[in-house]
Amino acid sequence: MSQYMLLVYEEEVDEAEQAEREKALPAMLELHRDLSEAGRLLTVRALRSVQTATTVRVRGDETEITDGPFAVTKEVLAGYYLVECADLDDALALARRLPMARWGTVEVRPVASAEDWLNFARRAGAGLTDEDLSTLT
Amino acid sequence: MSGAEPADAVSDAIARAFREERAIVLATLIRQAGDFQLAEDAVQDAFEAAVTAWPRDGIPANPGAWITTAARRRAIDRLRRNQSVAQRAERLAELTRLEDQHEEPPMEEESTIVDDRLRLIFTCCHPALEMPARVALTLRALGGMTTGEIARAFLVAEPTMGKRIVRAKRKIADAGIPYRVPADEELPDRIRGVLRVVYLIFNEGYAAAEGDRLVRAELCDEAIRLGELLCRLMPDDAEAWGLLALMLLHDARRAARVDASGRYVALDVQDRSLWDQERIRYGLATLERAMRLRAPGEYQLQAAITAVEIQAPTAEQTDWAQIAELYGALATLNPSPVVELNRSVAVGFAEGPAAGLALLEPLLSEPALERYQPLHAAHAELLRRAGDAEGAARAYERAIELTANAVERAELERRLTALSK
Repeated sequence: MSQYMLLVYEEEVDEAEQAEREKALPAMLELHRDLSEAGRLLTVRALRSVQTATTVRVRGDETEITDGPFAVTKEVLAGYYLVECADLDDALALARRLPMARWGTVEVRPVASAEDWLNFARRAGAGLTDEDLSTLT
Repeated sequence: MSGAEPADAVSDAIARAFREERAIVLATLIRQAGDFQLAEDAVQDAFEAAVTAWPRDGIPANPGAWITTAARRRAIDRLRRNQSVAQRAERLAELTRLEDQHEEPPMEEESTIVDDRLRLIFTCCHPALEMPARVALTLRALGGMTTGEIARAFLVAEPTMGKRIVRAKRKIADAGIPYRVPADEELPDRIRGVLRVVYLIFNEGYAAAEGDRLVRAELCDEAIRLGELLCRLMPDDAEAWGLLALMLLHDARRAARVDASGRYVALDVQDRSLWDQERIRYGLATLERAMRLRAPGEYQLQAAITAVEIQAPTAEQTDWAQIAELYGALATLNPSPVVELNRSVAVGFAEGPAAGLALLEPLLSEPALERYQPLHAAHAELLRRAGDAEGAARAYERAIELTANAVERAELERRLTALSK
């Protein structure tokens, strides 16, 4: 089993359209329940409106804080899932079942394993203690 | 196997093993090692080892088994050295277990070979890979073309092609693209995807307007070999047979498509004596085999259209009514403006220019076809035959405006001039 993150992008719409989308909620909750029972749903979260987004960039000594998301796009990041899947096909099948895929876009990204990340950190010269390892894995 | 072998016999044996066994050994080792890149490197190592060992020890009785064993040992060596491969311990254990099991392994069961090759096809043609990468991986892993050959065939620099292949293999490993025949509910879609990759390879070779024609012909041959492989692996898929038939029937006319000075020759003026009759027979038999499965599809219909064209003794005697009917079926199955255009041309021949124009004229307002030269050329032909010289001239002018090909332009200009005579 590997971890995958499903990033849900959708257009923010008016109330009438939103009400239409909410009709998909029962099906979505059922999907969440299935995944939880199988122990495959690690996290699922919806984000607040993109109008609440703030971005931070530090360049040299300058910190730049800007109102708005990372990039201005029609479809914006609206939420995410962290799930356990056998392989990419399994993750893609799951993404296809999300109601949001019908009106938005779901990006499927494999999560680097803790082991990969630790190897990377060690190669980069990080001195890792046992305590670090337990918090990271 | 004893004593030193003559150098020629050894290089022949290695070349034959490479041609016949490499793809099979690779497919199996990818399953066993669970890693595309590792398996490919190990198989490469094994062939390099053969170059040294076979002249010294003699050509093995079963070259495929020799390569399999050698490749697995190299894979184990590489895994022991390489710390960064994911799930390294697991993979090493599996390979070592296989290694201990039998010193000289019997060749895998036929059904296992079929399964391994199918898995590899679906991995190489996975929709999560970009199309050029699917094409390149398929040619390399299943067709046995080298990166250099693929680069030349697609007119890109070899390092560019190399990077494309490496990136694709890395995505297979890192994103977890499985090495597996897809589940039943995904299978029809995924088979369509595989057929599309093979047809794209064929078209790249067949429709080549530029580039080295010899290398391009190699792409057609390779696509046909892949088509044959798909039919062997999925004998119940009518469209796999349909695609093979379509490719064979097109390819049979390869020699007649260019004249002595290398210019393209349209179907209706081709020298039919140059058509490869044996290929045509093979293509027609393949099409029959497809149709016996009673699952009509796009490739079978296109092959059937080509079959009707080919079976006419002369271009004038073509059974246009039947072609029009087949395009009608194709339009029902997969409606597209281009299919509709071809149907209107066929109807124009079968029932007269007025009937053709009635079908074609609505397409003139189709945005997708606005800049499509064949639409305007076909429009001009129908108008000319209907006696509207002025309308035909305007349509020819539009077609000439849209063509980038010098041979095509000359032909359209000739027809335009002929109008006023």
